[in-house]
Amino acid sequence: MSAIIDNPPADARERDVEELETVTIRFAGDSGDGMQLTGTQFTNTSAIVGNDISTLPDFPAEIRAPAGSLPGVSGFQLNFSSRDIRTPGDQPNVLVAMNPAALKVNLSDLEDGGTLLINTDEFNKENLKKADYASNPLEDETLRGYRVHKLPITTVNIRALQEAGVKLSRKEMDRCKNFFALGILYWLYDRPMEPTLEWIRSKFKKNEEVMRANEVALKTGYNFADTTEVFTTHYKVKKAVIAPGKYRKITGNEATAIGFVTAAELVGRPLFYGSYPITPASDILHELARHKNFGVKTFQAEDEIAAVCAAIGASFTGHVGLTGTSGPGVALKQEAIGLAVMTELPLVIVNVQRGGPSTGLPTKTEQADLFQAVWGRNGECPAIVVAPATPAECFSVAIEAVRLAYRYMTPVFYLSDGYLANGAEPWLVPEVEDLPKIEVEFASDPAAFMPYARDEGTLARPYALPGTPGLEHRIGGIEKQHLTGNVNYDPENHHFMVLMRQAKVDRAAQDVPPVEVFGESSGKVLVLGWGSTYGSITSAVEKLQAEGKSVSSAHLRHLNPFPSNLGEVLRSFERVIIPEMNLGQLATMVRAKYLVDAVPFSKVKGRPFQIREIVKKVEEYL
Amino acid sequence: MSTNGNGGNGNGGDELLKKGVNETGVAGVGGNVSGGGPAPESEPGSVVAGKAAPPPGKLTKADFSSDQEVRWCPGCGDYAILNSIQKVMPDLGIPREKIVFVSGIGCSSRFPYYMNTYGFHSIHGRAPAVATGIKASNPDLTVWVVTGDGDGLSIGGNHFMHAIRRNLDLNIILFNNRIYGLTKGQYSPTSEFGKKTKSTPMGVIDYPVTPLSLAIASEATFVARAIDIDVKHLSSMVEAAARHKGVSFIEVYQNCNIFNDGAFDSFTERSVRSERVLYLEHGKPMVFGKNRDRGIRMNGTRPEVVQLGSETGLNENDCLVHDAQILDPSVAFMLGRMEQPEFPQPVGIFRDVRRETYEDMMAQQIEDAVARQGRGQLHKLIHSGDMWVVE
Repeated sequence: MSAIIDNPPADARERDVEELETVTIRFAGDSGDGMQLTGTQFTNTSAIVGNDISTLPDFPAEIRAPAGSLPGVSGFQLNFSSRDIRTPGDQPNVLVAMNPAALKVNLSDLEDGGTLLINTDEFNKENLKKADYASNPLEDETLRGYRVHKLPITTVNIRALQEAGVKLSRKEMDRCKNFFALGILYWLYDRPMEPTLEWIRSKFKKNEEVMRANEVALKTGYNFADTTEVFTTHYKVKKAVIAPGKYRKITGNEATAIGFVTAAELVGRPLFYGSYPITPASDILHELARHKNFGVKTFQAEDEIAAVCAAIGASFTGHVGLTGTSGPGVALKQEAIGLAVMTELPLVIVNVQRGGPSTGLPTKTEQADLFQAVWGRNGECPAIVVAPATPAECFSVAIEAVRLAYRYMTPVFYLSDGYLANGAEPWLVPEVEDLPKIEVEFASDPAAFMPYARDEGTLARPYALPGTPGLEHRIGGIEKQHLTGNVNYDPENHHFMVLMRQAKVDRAAQDVPPVEVFGESSGKVLVLGWGSTYGSITSAVEKLQAEGKSVSSAHLRHLNPFPSNLGEVLRSFERVIIPEMNLGQLATMVRAKYLVDAVPFSKVKGRPFQIREIVKKVEEYL
Repeated sequence: MSTNGNGGNGNGGDELLKKGVNETGVAGVGGNVSGGGPAPESEPGSVVAGKAAPPPGKLTKADFSSDQEVRWCPGCGDYAILNSIQKVMPDLGIPREKIVFVSGIGCSSRFPYYMNTYGFHSIHGRAPAVATGIKASNPDLTVWVVTGDGDGLSIGGNHFMHAIRRNLDLNIILFNNRIYGLTKGQYSPTSEFGKKTKSTPMGVIDYPVTPLSLAIASEATFVARAIDIDVKHLSSMVEAAARHKGVSFIEVYQNCNIFNDGAFDSFTERSVRSERVLYLEHGKPMVFGKNRDRGIRMNGTRPEVVQLGSETGLNENDCLVHDAQILDPSVAFMLGRMEQPEFPQPVGIFRDVRRETYEDMMAQQIEDAVARQGRGQLHKLIHSGDMWVVE
C-alpha cells in the first residue's frame, strides 16, 4: 500500500477544528456513481456517532440514463445535527458534484456561500456538452460566491488503487471512486471509517479484490483530505441531545414492512402480502420476503388486481391480508377494495404515493392520492384511512392500520409516500412487551351464527373462517341482506346496509385518539398537515413560535374518520393553513366537513416542503 | 360524502341497529337487530346461512345444497352441472366446512350460493386470484373455482393463465356457453367467427380462443372436457379433477337456452353423440362411433379419422392410444384442437400429470426458513440493523 493510505506525514494532520450544529450535504453524481450508497453510508455512520439524522434520496426513474446526462443525475441529501431535527434540510450547505451534470442540476439548491466538492476529472469537453455547459464552470464565473474545492477524484483514486496493487480493470477501479469521495467527507466531518469498512468487508466478502479496492479507496480519500492542503478546516458535529434509549436508523419502507410483520404477530395470525412490483413500494415486498421465518407469505402476483384479490382471499381464511402498491396500482385495485368493503373483511392497502397522474413521476414524492383512498370507488364505499408522518412512525401506524381493519372488519388504507419510503431517521425502538395486543375473535358457535349480524360496539360483523364446522356461508359483492348475508335486492335493505357500512367506518372515530395541538391551543394560525409534511411543518411552526408568533400546528394520522376533536381544534384559530403536496385535498375535506375556511398551500414538485417555504406562507397570515 | 358520513362519531349505527332495516328511511317496525330481530324476507326461503351441523355418517347430495332458491333460467345447462357436482361431493369424503367455492361474475358465477359449503362470489374475472389467496393461505381447504367463457377467458384471462401456471391445487370449472348470458347476449371469446349477436349485428370479427389450448399452454397439470347433459361422464370428470393434486381445469360445454340455444347440439344431441364425440380414456385407443368402427390415427404430423373394419383392414391397434400422463403437452394440445365436423369432438381427460403445487412449495420455504433461522422473534426483528444507544 502506498504511504498516503496508512501513514500520512504527522505535520499535515494539524488543522483547525470548527464545531457546527447542523450540516446538510447533498451527494450528486451519475446514477451509476453510487451516490445512494455513499449517502447511506454517511447517514449510518452519523447515526452511530449519535447525531440526529434525516435523509432525502432523489433518484431518476431510469435505472441508468445515459452516463453524464442531466436526466441521469442521482442525488442523496442528508441532514445531520447535534440537535433534534425533522427534515433533510432546506438547502444543502455542501454539494458533492461528481460530474458537470450533477453540478448543473444541483447548484441552484446550494446555499449562498456554500461548499462545493467537485470531481474535476469529469469536467471534460464531452461531459460539459452533455450537461449543456457552453463553457467550463470551473473556469468561468458560475461558481463565484461558493467555497470551491476542486479535487481530481477519478485520477487520484485510480492511482492509489494501482499503487496498492489492486488487480481490477480500470473501469472496476473507477467504480470505487464514490468511496474515495466518502473518505474525504469522513475526514472533513470527523467521522470514523470503521462502520463503513465493516460494511465493505461483509458486502464484498465473496470478492476479496473488490473488497480491498473499496477499502483502499475509502482510506485514501480520508488521507488525501488529511494530507493535502485542500482543506484548511475540518468540522465536528457533536452528539445530539435526544431522548435516551436504543435507536436504529430506519427508512419508511423498512419500518412499514417490519410494522406489518409485528402487527401480524400481535394478531397471532400469519401475514399474507400480495403485491406487484412498483416504485416506490417494491422494497416492502423485498423486505417482507426476507421474513418467512415469521410465517410471512409473500405473493408476487401477475398484476395489481390479483395482488389485492389474493390478499382478500387470504383475509377470508384468517390470514392478515395486506396488499401494497403506489397510486396507479391502487387505481387498478379499487374494484376489489370495494368487494372487501361489501364482504366486510379486514384488509390493509399500502399506498406509497408518488407523483401522478398516470405514470407521473415514479421516483418522486406526492400526496395526491388522498381523495382516491377516501372516495375513489364506485358506490358509497367508505374505507378507513391512516397515514404515518415520519419514516420511523411507519412502524406504529402499520400496527394501527391492522388493528382498525380487524376491529371494524373493513379495508384500511395506509398512505405513505416516496419521501417517507426512502427517507431515513433514527427510530427509538420499542420493547415488544410495550406493543398493544390486537384482539381478534373468530366465530365458532353455529347456533347463534349469522354472517351479517353486528357487534353493538363496533358494528363489525362476525369473522367466521372456512374450516369452521357449521358456519358454512357465502359472501360476495352483491348487496347482502342484513343479518343473513343472503343476496338481497330489497330497496329498504340496500338503504339500510349503505348507512350501516358508513356508520361502521364513522364509528372507528371512537378508537382514534384526539388530534394534539403543537403550541397554544388557540390563536391566530393553525397549520394542519398529514403524512410526510410533518417535519417541515413542525420545524417551521417551532421557528415562528420561537419568534413569539401566534402559530400552532396539528398533524393528522387518521384521515377517515377524522379525530373527534378536529372540528373544535380548527375553530380555535383565526386561520387554518394546510400545506399539502397536492392541490388541496385535505383542505377540501376539512372545508366540506367543518365549514372552516381553510387555506390550502399546495406544492407538487415531487419534493417535500422546505421549512422556509412554510414559514413564508404562514407569515402572510400573521 | 363519506367523511361527513352519518354523524361524525358513527353514532348513527346505534340507531340503525335499534330500528332495523324498515326504519332507516321510512317508517317500519322496530326490532332488536343485533340480537337477530326480524329482517325483511325479500329472498324466498332465506334463513340463516349456516345450517346446523350435518348428522353423523356419510353426507348426501342434499347436505350440499344450500337453502337458496336456484335462479338460473329454466332449462339452463347450469342445473345439470350443479346437480353433478352436488352428487359427487359426498363421494369425495371431504367435510363441508373444508370446501370453498369461489366465482367471479356471470351466470355460472352464482354457483357458490347454491352449495352449502363456504363460498365467495367475487368480482368479474378475479375468482382465480381470490382462490389463490385462499388456497395459499390455507392449503387444508378444497377450493373450487367456477367461471365462464367471458369471466374466465376475457376479463379474467390474465388470472386464468397465472393461476394455472402456478399449479395451485384448485379445481377450475369453466362453463362454456359461447355467449354472454347475464348481460343478455353479447359474443364471448369462444363465440364462433362470424356469429351474429346483439353487439355484432354484422357478425363477430374476433377469432375465437380454444379454452383447452389456453389451459395447456399455461402448463395445466390436469385438463378435461365434458358436456352438461352427459351427467354421468361429467360427474366422473368432476371427481377425477377433485382427486388430482395440482390445478385441474374442466371445460364444460353448457347450453344457454336463452341466448345461444343449441350451440353444441350438433354433436351433443343424444342421437348423434356417439358418432360425433370421442370419449378419451387413458391407455385406450381413440375409437368412436355407435359401432366403434372409426378411430383416430396419426398421418405424419396430423391426426386423421379412419374407418375400421375389414374394408380398410384397420383395427383398434392401428389407432392412437391415449396417454394423458405424458409430460410433453404436445399431443394433449393437438387433441384439444380437434373439432367437429372434421373430427369427433373429444371429451374426457386430456392431460393428467404431477407437479409440485405452489402452496406446498410456499409452505416448504417457510419451513426451511424457520429451520435455518429459527422461528422469528419480534425482539430480534425490531432490535437489529444499525443500532446505537443514547444514554
